[in-house]
Amino acid sequence: MNYTASAPAVRRHPARGGEPPDHAAEFVTMTVADQAFGILVGQVHDVLSPQRLTRIPLAPPEVAGSLNLRGRIVTAIDMRRRLGLEPSPAAAHQMSIVVDHAGEPYSLLVDAVGDVIRLPLAGLEPNPATLSRRWRDVSAGIYRLDQALLVVLDVANLLNISTRVAA
Amino acid sequence: MDDLLSEFLTETAENLAVLDVELVRLEQTPDDPALLGNIFRLVHTIKGTCGFLGLPRLEAVAHAGENVLGRIRDGALTVTPDTVTLVLTCLDTIKEILDELAASGAEPAGDDSDLLAMLAACASGEPMPAAQPEPDFGEVAPDDPEIDFTPVPAKGAVFESPKPTARPVPAPAAAPPPPHRPAATRELAPPHPPLADDHHEAHEPLGAAPSVRVNVDLLDSLMTMVSELVLTRNQVMQILRHERDSVFAEPLQRLNHITSELQERVMKTRMQPIGNAWTKLPRLIRDLGHELGKVIALEMTGEDTELDRQVLELIRDPLTHMVRNAADHGIEPPHERRAAGKSEVGRVRLRASQEGGHIIIQISDDGRGLSLAAIRAKALALGLAGEADLAAMSEQQVLQFVFQPGFSTSREVSTVSGRGVGMDVVRTNIEKIGGTVEMATTNGRGSTFTLKIPLTLAIANALIVDCAGERFAIPQINVVELVRTGGPVGHPVDRINDIPVLRLRDRLLPLVSLRRLLHLDGSDDDAASQLVVITQVGTYIYGLLVDQVFDTEEIVVKPVAPILRDIDVYSGNTILGDGSVVLILDPNGIAATTGDLSVVETVRSPADADGIAIDDGDSAALLLFRAGTRTPKAVPLVLVARLEEIAESTIEVTNGRYVVQYHDRLMPLISLDPSFVPGSEAGEDRRRPVVVFADGAHAMGLIVDDIVDIVEEPVHVEPTGSGPGILGSAIICGRTTEVIDAGYFLTQANPDWFHADGEAQAALPRERVLLVDDSAFFRSMLTPILAVSGFTVTAVDDPAKALRLCQQGEQFDVIISDIEMPGMDGFEFAAALRNRDCPWRHLPVIALSSHATPTDLDRGRRAGFTDYVAKSDRHALQAALAEFRGAA
Repeated sequence: MNYTASAPAVRRHPARGGEPPDHAAEFVTMTVADQAFGILVGQVHDVLSPQRLTRIPLAPPEVAGSLNLRGRIVTAIDMRRRLGLEPSPAAAHQMSIVVDHAGEPYSLLVDAVGDVIRLPLAGLEPNPATLSRRWRDVSAGIYRLDQALLVVLDVANLLNISTRVAA
Repeated sequence: MDDLLSEFLTETAENLAVLDVELVRLEQTPDDPALLGNIFRLVHTIKGTCGFLGLPRLEAVAHAGENVLGRIRDGALTVTPDTVTLVLTCLDTIKEILDELAASGAEPAGDDSDLLAMLAACASGEPMPAAQPEPDFGEVAPDDPEIDFTPVPAKGAVFESPKPTARPVPAPAAAPPPPHRPAATRELAPPHPPLADDHHEAHEPLGAAPSVRVNVDLLDSLMTMVSELVLTRNQVMQILRHERDSVFAEPLQRLNHITSELQERVMKTRMQPIGNAWTKLPRLIRDLGHELGKVIALEMTGEDTELDRQVLELIRDPLTHMVRNAADHGIEPPHERRAAGKSEVGRVRLRASQEGGHIIIQISDDGRGLSLAAIRAKALALGLAGEADLAAMSEQQVLQFVFQPGFSTSREVSTVSGRGVGMDVVRTNIEKIGGTVEMATTNGRGSTFTLKIPLTLAIANALIVDCAGERFAIPQINVVELVRTGGPVGHPVDRINDIPVLRLRDRLLPLVSLRRLLHLDGSDDDAASQLVVITQVGTYIYGLLVDQVFDTEEIVVKPVAPILRDIDVYSGNTILGDGSVVLILDPNGIAATTGDLSVVETVRSPADADGIAIDDGDSAALLLFRAGTRTPKAVPLVLVARLEEIAESTIEVTNGRYVVQYHDRLMPLISLDPSFVPGSEAGEDRRRPVVVFADGAHAMGLIVDDIVDIVEEPVHVEPTGSGPGILGSAIICGRTTEVIDAGYFLTQANPDWFHADGEAQAALPRERVLLVDDSAFFRSMLTPILAVSGFTVTAVDDPAKALRLCQQGEQFDVIISDIEMPGMDGFEFAAALRNRDCPWRHLPVIALSSHATPTDLDRGRRAGFTDYVAKSDRHALQAALAEFRGAA
């Protein structure tokens, strides 16, 4: 794995501080349109600087293109589109988080990649009932952090993109 | 499942496959002791192994079968179809038990007493009591060290040996060859193991071939890794191409060679003889024959032909289906064959051979052939086409219906064919792997299916194209040729109800705009001159409009991500030498997305069903018309820019010459009829057909009476004294036809035509060109074209004459040579010119050929040609000459 953070910051959750460490998990954090997201460290294969993408005409809109990662062809997913947000004004400068899904590599295009943080499993809260369907599908739960809310991404659901063929 | 058992399963399955084939052969040659010995030994091996592994049910069945075979070998029983059927049934039972064993890991319970009783009855057909096979054993053993083991070894006693039979297995994943196969038995599908043959022969005295069994997954992953290595090598080579003095250059050269060799070897490990896919066929044909009451002989040739195992797996079912079809639908029952004056024995022939990077497989039968009438009737009944459409269709077009889903002309669905798998599935499967299927049939005489299959799927040649700044790869196998369209020099693009079509020689090809197909942005296609990749899928040919064409590259085909699999227009993606990812276009998918493939052939003329690139060297597309006299006239179609109709009232007279306003210019008009006066028939504004010749800014029209036809025929022009403007006459379509000298009329209409670009060209000295072509017709056609371009032309009909000119010290600036010539051909000529001692060795040489695929181009370049141009493509020739001029 490329991504190595210096000693992961264990942030204490104000409400439940005393969890033993083995009931905690490490998350790679990222932001998409100012929203913080987290993916379990074990699911992240690589973090890449902005890459040259090959466009894939007729692909579902969430597919931003494909890129060559050391001889493997990786399909890039535009996270903003996947989440139903406006496209990024600086699309060319987006970072890639590479994950595997069903044996295939995908890269998630995000605005920025943050620290790896350690969070207690018990701190994960269910999605608010009012969250939109699209977000509820891809969110495994929410962490209340000091400064922000962190949405934990369900990678499998995230990449379960219905294949629509453009005419 | 433990290793021992899984090894036993693999090995036994292979032995059973061999047995299927050998038993059918035994039926045909019952008195071949070597064959019988081999069969006996294989069954015995199975029995022995079962006993060792503690599989009593299998052992009992195999034992009973072995008894029958033992009796045959002793001469106590004779080989009859019934005995063979019984033994085959015995083997089938073994297979069934094995399948369950493989699934569950334990021998299934079951009752075989009926079969055992039948086998026992068969074995005891003679009064002699059924003998145990063991006593027979000694007879086999001396010439067969392989089964020289304790007949019933104590369980667990042979721990050291993983193979209870201790039989040396020569090959991975294939049946062992019988060690003493007499040469004579080879003619009928000997199941060759893929690698072992050479080894086997070389090491036979030792009785052990040095080989190991390797899991196929391992080979596949090796292949993937080698493919990656090839790509990485290409990448590094590309980076270093610009740095000739790099210290890496030499080691990289070595790496390059080693990689290529490694790739070749690894590909070889995956190669299997196609005979492996045929092993089930003799049995299939035999059973079919019995079931249908037909006598069918299966002939197989070229079973040694090797291809990638992945490809082999993919064609196995389509092949089986086609052979079954041939036997079921193709071959008639004996009484019908007799009545038709044919031998009672129907023949199904299977032939494989390698041609370049492809395997050609032919399945033919001498049966009743396909009845076009029946196909028409069926197509009508299924509503695939109307009566009028059908009447207008060519034979090939009608035959295409056979590949439609749900199409079967057999009146009743037999148990044999008609199992829901149709020729449509066969074609789809073959085309999926980049192959093609063609069919030919003669009513009453049989049918032939020809498959063309790529050797391997892993690495393919692809043409890299650009559209709207994006690059794509197109599989080379589908690319027929490249042409330019639009603009002043390209082939014209016409529209039918706003659908673009391309006029290419005598064809009208549908055009597909890649830009529109893929919703790429950028300027409209119609405006600029564009490149067209002429693409062929089966018999369907269409043009794909692209912006730019780059090289061909060897690519490693990778499947697209699952979320892209529903997009029909891609067949995969790949990484190019420069490291970028490109999508591989699927010509098949594009055809299906953009057109109705059931009418695939509407634009093809039935006369040349063999495809565009196969033109005879001397044949040319000619425009036939009538003008002045009753004798038909012809002009090479390549000289014709377009055909127009002009109202006589629009014809004007300036300077005593006829002109017409054409595309905002005045175009001179010439009539072949000296008595022509426009509008002479009072009160009637007649429209006259006009043949327009154009070149750059100039155009002229030849007024004719009517356009007759466009034909493609070999042309031999005989000079006649018919007067100016006539090259001579030729027999075209069985009629004497005058061939027009277009050059003459061009100068008539436009005296300065041959100095097309005025001063600029006049200032240059006229370059001398030597034209070498054995066809008088092409010499006379090309001479005016070259003269138009400002060359002084010397034409000879033989490379030898050209070389004599060279010896005489003649000087030229450029040489244009035909490829296909009797005696010395173009490649040899080019090689002779490039000889160190030839004074012309530095001259540019342009090859002219009717074949101008990228492969030919490559070959031409290697032979020493500077450029390679299609004979019929005047503009390409002019462009090549312009390039030479620019360089000079």
